[in-house]
Amino acid sequence: MSENDYQPGTQVPDARGYFGAYGGRFIPEALVAAVEQVAEEYEKAKADPAFAAELDALLKDYTGRPSPLTDVHRFSAEAGGARILLKREDLNHTGSHKINNVLGQALLTRRMGKTRIIAETGAGQHGVATATACALFGFDCTIYMGEVDTERQALNVARMRMLGAEVIAVKSGSRTLKDAINEAFRDWVANVDSTHYLFGTVAGPHPFPMMVRDFHRVIGIEAREQVLERTGRLPDAVVACVGGGSNAMGIFHEFIPDAGVRLIGCEAAGEGAETPRHAATLTKGDPGVLHGSRTYVLQDEDGQTIESHSISAGLDYPGVGPEHAWLKDTGRAEYRPVTDDQAMQALRLLSRTEGIIPAIESAHALAGALVLGRELGPEATILVSLSGRGDKDMHTAAEYFGLYDSEGK
Amino acid sequence: MGSKLSQTLAAAKAENRAALIGYLPAGFPTIEGGIKAARALIEGGCDIVEVGLPHSDPVLDGPTIQTADDIALRGGVRIKDVLRTVAEVAAGTDAPVLVMTYWNPVDRYGVARFAADLAAAGGAGCILPDLPVEESEEWRKAAGEHGLDTVFVVAPSSKDPRLAEVTAAGSGFVYAAAVMGVTGTRAAVGNLAEDLVARTRATTDLPVCVGLGVSTADQAARVAGFADGVIVGSAFVQRILDADGDEAAALTAVRALAGELAEGVRRR
Repeated sequence: MSENDYQPGTQVPDARGYFGAYGGRFIPEALVAAVEQVAEEYEKAKADPAFAAELDALLKDYTGRPSPLTDVHRFSAEAGGARILLKREDLNHTGSHKINNVLGQALLTRRMGKTRIIAETGAGQHGVATATACALFGFDCTIYMGEVDTERQALNVARMRMLGAEVIAVKSGSRTLKDAINEAFRDWVANVDSTHYLFGTVAGPHPFPMMVRDFHRVIGIEAREQVLERTGRLPDAVVACVGGGSNAMGIFHEFIPDAGVRLIGCEAAGEGAETPRHAATLTKGDPGVLHGSRTYVLQDEDGQTIESHSISAGLDYPGVGPEHAWLKDTGRAEYRPVTDDQAMQALRLLSRTEGIIPAIESAHALAGALVLGRELGPEATILVSLSGRGDKDMHTAAEYFGLYDSEGK
Repeated sequence: MGSKLSQTLAAAKAENRAALIGYLPAGFPTIEGGIKAARALIEGGCDIVEVGLPHSDPVLDGPTIQTADDIALRGGVRIKDVLRTVAEVAAGTDAPVLVMTYWNPVDRYGVARFAADLAAAGGAGCILPDLPVEESEEWRKAAGEHGLDTVFVVAPSSKDPRLAEVTAAGSGFVYAAAVMGVTGTRAAVGNLAEDLVARTRATTDLPVCVGLGVSTADQAARVAGFADGVIVGSAFVQRILDADGDEAAALTAVRALAGELAEGVRRR
């Protein structure tokens, strides 16, 4: 097998961190030793039953796993009658899937003997999960968040500060997730001896895309079993939102060998993938290098990153995890754009038909499922990753729907 | 011997001094102003010039160079303008002109095309601070075909076996990062630099030049005591920012700082 014969469904990319043509490790020399340490420590941890036991106990007793699978009958009626099942990552402690990865990397941080954790956050869900783990483990914690996002996700800023984290509003560039990652890298280069960069998605230099995916694989492993038990068969499709793509990789991975199961990622199309204001990286981007790996990037012909736009802070990112790039090119997964308006309508629909307020990020997957259900018809079963809850988004939703007006809409 | 870059560093060594390497981004404060500013580096006493290719995501740069990159990009600088800057600066001098750039612009432009166009512009080579040796094979092949040097960066965190791998892949000189951190002026150049230079020399015959944080003649003199070259960037950028749009004042300030630093590197 040559180096780039990576097969989907296998546990690891090639030795240099490539999934086909995507991935790798494009980092400054100053970070090479630290990234190699993370890779080595992760390999050791994977082989250590004590690590798995401690992580499993945390996932069960602290996070509350397994997360439930919920049949949403009234919502399904709006999706052409297809049966929609929600994997309820919103019910995890801290309110999203992000805690799965954070607890894994927090344990790793302790094994590496580091005492400080930094992280980027977009919607604030990864920041809240990281601040939570730092409180639990007693690490110093600094969270970088774009200034635009600190405004639209103010509740999560307060949560992080309540948990003892320092939240730094990043004022450079587009003042969103991309720039928060830039600033976190700058911090890491200067403080690498004491500090672990707890990267929050399946992007970045090897081993982060593999490691973060592995910590989220529990989503798909549980869901596959739950769907089989509930329905007696595999779903026709698995749908998840994709910004960097961590919840999607987590729920997709176990289904990759199941050739009959369609894997569908929903990207943020903002005001429309045909407009300049979107974050549909796999739909509209080109291969390039951003934040340490080769992947699809929204970029101009000079390789300058183009600013992304989405009503959802967590999907407002001009890159994407390299394994998604590979799944796209091989055709194993499909990626579809979902606009701000489609996502907000799906958010309101789920709230009013099922009593579940989803995060705007997850509402992109719900909107995708509504379209897909009408395509597949009433015999179909669709598994949707409900990656987070929507409390943090009430300000955005209130403005969008006019909920602060005396009558509401 | 060797390349223009090697010859320049050897000439400085023959004078028993360190070389002075000045950095400024292309297109800053304007495309034409950037060309004049790069020339001013040489007029003031820099032996080698690094022309920066401004980037939207300069993760290894501190606020000063981030600001300059923003100004350049908002002014519309393109890769073709960077190459023209190299050509216009190189045309009037024997000083080697290098390009310092993040990897994605080169990747997007086309690796072979960039190497060919940089060589045609009279460029001497490239520094690619986010392209580690493991990912550099395609670039080094293209650079070699066009007679370009590839300068790799080493850091205080680089372990000795790693230093050997990095220095074996590079040419021209080795860029030793004086501190762990991003670009920007610092009050003092720490002890990490001297140790790193000694460890690097143990692995290579290439000259070892030190950058990150050097901004004054005294700091340059101190670094010149143990390194083959002194690299200064943010301090020049700051002089231009301080001139606040007065081009003549900016060029005078750049020349003056280059002159002070050139005196510093001869003080060892």
